[in-house]
Amino acid sequence: MKAYLTRRYMFSASHRLNSDSMSAEENKSVYGKCNNPHGHGHNYVLEVTVSGQVEAKTGMICNLMDLDSFVQKNIVYRFDHENLNTMAEFRNAVPTTENLCVEIYNILQKGFQQAGVEKVRMEETMLNSFEYAGGRKIRN
Amino acid sequence: MVYLTRKAEFSASHYYHNDEFTAEENQRIVGKCNNPNGHGHNYTLEVTVKGQVDQRSGFVVDLKQLKDVMNREVIDAMDHRHLNKEVAEFRDRIPTTENLAISIWNRLQPKLKVAELHRVRVYETPDLFVDFYGEA
Repeated sequence: MKAYLTRRYMFSASHRLNSDSMSAEENKSVYGKCNNPHGHGHNYVLEVTVSGQVEAKTGMICNLMDLDSFVQKNIVYRFDHENLNTMAEFRNAVPTTENLCVEIYNILQKGFQQAGVEKVRMEETMLNSFEYAGGRKIRN
Repeated sequence: MVYLTRKAEFSASHYYHNDEFTAEENQRIVGKCNNPNGHGHNYTLEVTVKGQVDQRSGFVVDLKQLKDVMNREVIDAMDHRHLNKEVAEFRDRIPTTENLAISIWNRLQPKLKVAELHRVRVYETPDLFVDFYGEA
């Protein structure tokens, strides 16, 4: 039986949305307040969805402790209380939550072996959320 | 096709233990969930059904029938119960959230008339949930 497990995590980080390929006026008009020069921060909520067969011996898709420790070490520890613009991952990409979602999905897809990585969903605020499934159709 | 989701809540206790593992293995694999006297959760259940909207009623499903089935098959059987000891399918299966979602699907699926079951989602806590779509 195939099931899907979703776990929620939180971290806080700052960013400024500014693209080198646009003029100062364009940046201001596209990003509005998000372009303010000293940046601003969010409490991000990260939802990781993994999938797989439910193992008869354990009743689990994968061990939650393995997922938690992978996410804590490779994602939460890495991004929490950082300024995203100063990180290598965003040297050539604007740290929008879209790009952050893709980055986090790629970290999971590359490094987490114990279950299939289905989807990453991020809430930037209570009103905005973003989802990425490696280009596959998202199932609700 | 229209999708309708109905929520319900129930509280139950459980613990994770497999007799085939040694005491140390059980402890290592499931940690605190192996504590022998069990522990509890407030579970939230979301049942999603799908179907065509009936022209006469404007409904995908008779919500009263869906609520009755959910109450009878799930809430009455599991609310304020010890899942390992009081719910038949968990005598020989570990009541993880994965198995709980599968079990709830199997309880609801044969009883639903008209609308088709699409998804069973079970929240064990607000930060952990499992989805089951009836896939093999």
